Amino acid sequence: MSLFDATRAWQLSDDVSLRDEPFGALAYHHVNRRLVFLKSRELVTIVRRLEDYDSARDAIVDHVPEAHVERYETALATLVPSEIIRGR
Amino acid sequence: MAANSSLRDRFERGLNAPICLTWELTYACNLACAHCLSSSGRRDPRELTTSEALALVDEIAAMQIFYINIGGGEPMIRSDFFDIVEHAVHRHVGVKFSTNGTRLTPDAARRLAATDYLDVQISIDGVDRATNDALRGEGSYDAARRAMDNLAAANFGPFKISVVVTRDNVTQLDEYEKLAQSYGAELRLTRLRPSGRGVDVWDDLHLTREQNRDLYRWLLDRPSVLTGDSFFHLSALGDPLEGLNLCGAGRVVCLIDPVGNVYACPFVIHDQFLAGNVRDAGFGAVWRDSALFTSLREPGNPGACSACGSYDACRGGCMAAKFFTGLELDDPDPECVHGHGEVALAAKGLTIRPRSSEDHSGRTSVRLQRR
Repeated sequence: MSLFDATRAWQLSDDVSLRDEPFGALAYHHVNRRLVFLKSRELVTIVRRLEDYDSARDAIVDHVPEAHVERYETALATLVPSEIIRGR
Repeated sequence: MAANSSLRDRFERGLNAPICLTWELTYACNLACAHCLSSSGRRDPRELTTSEALALVDEIAAMQIFYINIGGGEPMIRSDFFDIVEHAVHRHVGVKFSTNGTRLTPDAARRLAATDYLDVQISIDGVDRATNDALRGEGSYDAARRAMDNLAAANFGPFKISVVVTRDNVTQLDEYEKLAQSYGAELRLTRLRPSGRGVDVWDDLHLTREQNRDLYRWLLDRPSVLTGDSFFHLSALGDPLEGLNLCGAGRVVCLIDPVGNVYACPFVIHDQFLAGNVRDAGFGAVWRDSALFTSLREPGNPGACSACGSYDACRGGCMAAKFFTGLELDDPDPECVHGHGEVALAAKGLTIRPRSSEDHSGRTSVRLQRR
């Protein structure tokens, strides 16, 4: 299992389709066939915009209040084992 | 994954598009399995044409449906089978298709192996010839094994061995696991439902309460065995099984049949669960706006199950299993792990059970002969 480092640059995997849903989004990895739920709109926005930032933390800070940064780092970390996001 | 309860509530209110869309390509089949859930056999002259099928793939891609489950009938009988499959994967719509393997020649296996985003499920309902052929017909075991050999020889990778669990083969699960391992394949188990011709064999072949308990423990120990959320009614026995653990009909799943009819799930080909037809205003309109799906997305009524402490775990079980055994939709599942379904069935007495609205059976289907 690869580790999540919020100070590094990340992006949505090329093999992943992301579909908006009322609760957030569904993500499907076409190669490993994993289906993953993104349970908030903010998380979906952050995941989509990861590639525009030099670090995951910068992407989070730009989109949520400071008190929630840690929670979103944890949420991004859960997307690493299923390879929904990958380091770049 | 086991979804948490708030997310499950969200799923019950419906999604922008299905997670799991089953598309039966044809009612034609060269087998005549005793338990066929779509009563297949003869092709229907109204089946979607190639251009209609390719246009439907385009709509599915536009709706961002991640993958489709293709079945039938025997889907490989359609002469445009590869055109449809290859069009889907080119549009980034993954394909999982179920086949009896009879048409899965070495050439077909190589073509499938060269296609990305594709899963193949070979149906085999007994780990030995006698058990399988009693249900699926003479020669079907050898055909399925030949298809597996062809996929292995073509280096397809981990295909799936798909089993409808019955009273006769539930004792073979460990051997099935070994068979899958010998091919480097994945094992997929699904529930026998009283749908289609399944209603004729369900009384004799559905699992006993004790077998259901054993199956539950077996599955709990093996989270890598695939079930397509088939056995969520067993989650009332304790820890939830892998999956969403809810009836997804019209909420996260639905069925498009060979003539374009959209039903709430693959197991309810009946007028009562017909939401519309893709030929009218397309599939998306049916999914979003049909009166049937709207009503299925309203909060469920626990009905007879409201006094049971397990309702939150099993949500009353499978709608199709209830409907085709003559139960009401708010009755317990006929295979309720606490036995409430058996009581409800007994109370119904000799009610005439509904039958699927579409029957494409050939002149003869396999007559079940139990050993």
